[in-house]
Amino acid sequence: MGARVITITSGKGGVGKTTATANLAVSLATLNKKVVCVDADIGLRNLDVVMGLENRIVYDLVDVVEGRCKLRQAMVKDKRVPDLYLLPAAQTRDKTAVSPQDMVALTDQLREDYDLILIDSPAGIEWGFRNALAPADEVIVITNPEVSAVRDADRIIGLIEAEERRIPVSLMINRVKPEMVRRGDMLSVNDVMEILSIRLLGVVPEDQEILISSNKGTPLTLEDHKTPAGEAFLNIARRVTGENVPLISLDQKGGVLRRLARMFGSSDST
Amino acid sequence: MDDSITLKGIKQGLLVTVKPDGRWTELSSRLMTLIDSQSSFFRGAQVTLSLGERELRRHELANLQTALAKRDVTLLAVLSNSAMTQASTRKLGLETQLEALAHLEGKGLEPVQSLRPPPIDPEEHGTTGVLVKRTLRNGRTVHSHGHVVVVGDVNAGAMIVADGDIIVWGHLRGTVHAGANGDEGAVVCALHLAPTQLRIAGYITISPDERRRKPRPEMALVRNGRIEAESWEL
Repeated sequence: MGARVITITSGKGGVGKTTATANLAVSLATLNKKVVCVDADIGLRNLDVVMGLENRIVYDLVDVVEGRCKLRQAMVKDKRVPDLYLLPAAQTRDKTAVSPQDMVALTDQLREDYDLILIDSPAGIEWGFRNALAPADEVIVITNPEVSAVRDADRIIGLIEAEERRIPVSLMINRVKPEMVRRGDMLSVNDVMEILSIRLLGVVPEDQEILISSNKGTPLTLEDHKTPAGEAFLNIARRVTGENVPLISLDQKGGVLRRLARMFGSSDST
Repeated sequence: MDDSITLKGIKQGLLVTVKPDGRWTELSSRLMTLIDSQSSFFRGAQVTLSLGERELRRHELANLQTALAKRDVTLLAVLSNSAMTQASTRKLGLETQLEALAHLEGKGLEPVQSLRPPPIDPEEHGTTGVLVKRTLRNGRTVHSHGHVVVVGDVNAGAMIVADGDIIVWGHLRGTVHAGANGDEGAVVCALHLAPTQLRIAGYITISPDERRRKPRPEMALVRNGRIEAESWEL
């Protein structure tokens, strides 16, 4: 079977799917995995921009599906890490240009040569989401600690659970501000987990560096200096590869968030 | 009596199966004769007719309905594999499927679909109901003409509509409507009762603002013309 196909989705837009996909992909590549990212957001492609590969695109996913080029020709290699490729989305078409069957066929072609295939899903629950879900072996749902994002994550998880084939789903909580949680102004990790009750893959703190790095096209994990969010992504990548990186215990109240804050603040291990 | 017409007791009343072959006029008059011969048994009965492949026009069904009504028998539903018969049934405003099953199809709720007349303790009368053994997430809806029991949470954005009671063994955060056909005696129970909106029969209420109170089992019911919640215990 070869590679594992992991789809990253959220329901709601703007929670950080694309940024997370890029950072996770780079992290996995630095862990010496052969990784390919597939941008399934046809018509609104972004992953290439965040990864800083926009100017190297010649062909895209729709070209492959419609037979205008070979799959290999559409793959853009990221030269900053050993084995990272991007299969960009088409910008000029819309989601209906590709079918879920196309996505399955495409990823099956890729499985041979890679360890991990990450699919960046578009927001929403319609065609584009169906395309991204069809080939998935696993799904990572991303949410923010805010009520509307959690609602949409809940909806998405429900849809994935309703699929005939059982697809393991795990959760990444993005943009947590420990300071606000402590004041009771933001949902805590516990609050989110109580509602969604699925496996927690990791928590990423809010980090201004994310925005800067996205604009630059340099995923945070490629930066020379260590950043809280970059470290968090690296830990999540480790967990994806099966390494046992302990999560901060969630069964205690109060103190957890303080510890969370402290750990995010320090740079050794998050 | 031959086997062209058979009777069976079901939850919804009587199921009358008429074989799909043979002339309809003859069979329908035979059915009337049968009813007349046991009029005390049939009086007030609610009948579901099962016709198999037989094709009936609207007026044929309407005639039958009138004839049954004269004998104080209510025609509830007509089950048929024939598109024509189904259309005729719908034109008369009758159900084409047994209610409890019809409303629950295609919702991805396996436990619901396998819900058949339950062979429980024959001493026990039994009521219709749905058991949902998983969390109902945002966007999920459950309808039942009986009771609904959820083992799991009901998240915000999920909805339950039941003619009977609603019992949630978990957090209730979604919208629920018990006694949806007007039964003010229906109740809503949950281990943690914090619905977006709670309706019983024609009454509507929302959860009071109770931030961070320790959840406890509660039961909501209609009392003194409004919905009240009380502690749910033995």
